[in-house]
Amino acid sequence: MDKVVRISSEKGVVIFSKSSCCMSYAVQVLFQDLGVHPTVHEIDKDPDCREIEKALMRLGCSTPVPAIFVGGKLVGSTNEVMSMHLSGTLVPLVKPFQANLC
Amino acid sequence: MEMMSSSSSTQAVSFRDMGMYEPFQQLSGWENAFNTITTSNQNNNQSSSTVLEVDARAEAVAIYAQANYTSLYNSVEAEPSSNNDQDEDQINDKMKRRLAQNREAARKSRLRKKGLCVRNSSDTSYLGPAGTMNTGIAAFEMEYTHWLEEQNKRVSEVRTALQAHISDIELRMLVDTCLKHYGNLFRMKADAAKADVFFLISGMWRTSTERFFQWIGGFRPSELLNVVMPYVEPLTDQQLLEVRNLQQSSQQAEEALSQGLDKLQQGLVESIAVQIRVVESVNQGAQMASAMENLQALETFANQADHLRQQTLQQMSKILTTRQAARGLLALGEYFHRLRALSSLWAARPREHT
Repeated sequence: MDKVVRISSEKGVVIFSKSSCCMSYAVQVLFQDLGVHPTVHEIDKDPDCREIEKALMRLGCSTPVPAIFVGGKLVGSTNEVMSMHLSGTLVPLVKPFQANLC
Repeated sequence: MEMMSSSSSTQAVSFRDMGMYEPFQQLSGWENAFNTITTSNQNNNQSSSTVLEVDARAEAVAIYAQANYTSLYNSVEAEPSSNNDQDEDQINDKMKRRLAQNREAARKSRLRKKGLCVRNSSDTSYLGPAGTMNTGIAAFEMEYTHWLEEQNKRVSEVRTALQAHISDIELRMLVDTCLKHYGNLFRMKADAAKADVFFLISGMWRTSTERFFQWIGGFRPSELLNVVMPYVEPLTDQQLLEVRNLQQSSQQAEEALSQGLDKLQQGLVESIAVQIRVVESVNQGAQMASAMENLQALETFANQADHLRQQTLQQMSKILTTRQAARGLLALGEYFHRLRALSSLWAARPREHT
């Protein structure tokens, strides 16, 4: 879906979320802890919510939200992000997008 | 206890001081503790001590006897069946009911002896609509009792293997079996979460001491490394770096989940506390629907917490050598076993009767 491609291609970390989704919030907190400010797109506030949900599921997400993209590529949902972080592969992936500290 | 994290609140006596360091103490040390308690109860000569010493002995026996669930089951099943053809159906039904009652009583007795919370007839949290039992939870409790027995065997095997200096390949197989066994637990817990997420998250199926340290229905992944570290040293510089990273990332993941859960609670309060009027509101449906959505998410959090536990175990075993991983798993198994035993010891302690 064009909209999903457009939004997910935004620079850095993009999280598709819903305003009521607490797991999406947890993932946001994690990225912030890593010095990354993710772009959060709350699809329940988007008129095309249903379409976006379907598109995300078609891309392979087990649940539509949270869906995490880094540098335009789909990383996955909470499971994938947590596994990557514990295995040490998440930080190198988001390093280019960490906010400057100075 | 070696401290990896200054935020740990579980600091008590160092395991080295307790003599838990190499060589690993045999469980007999704890058996002696039980015998001391029962002996001192006898010597106290108080009329109330009879009950206590029986309980304490029962606790000790229950913990160290391989609670043989199957043999108890079989002995109950082995009752002679009636030869009278005419009344056979009636008698079999009666027997089936009686056997079921016996099994239930035996199960409760075992759970009580293991220091687990036991349902009494007034506790209806098991009961669904029209008094039906939550079979998913009942099944989980039985499976978990099995799991604990198996866990004791796994830990013993690893201990024996380390003392016997078996080959790395064989040791690796034991390590993998241990990890798989933890995996079984997480799978069981996922099923239980579907049956009753509150039961799972509250940790009612665990002992009181385990509940004391609980994080979202289980142990804290970052604490795992605290427990294991003294028993896997010395580490290479590379390993030290990787362990420190794992420690930090597991803490960050825990923090993220905890905050997500806080938000869930907040949302729940907001759902149900909205629009409380003096005159009862007609449309409470919307608030309840929103609250129900919140509660659905609880299962996701329970599962993700277990996912973190599993990933931490997996990563730990990747960072360590086979032998180190074996020692780490032995330390972990022993730690939880003692934590559970402590719960029973505590429950059996002599108390002042006025």
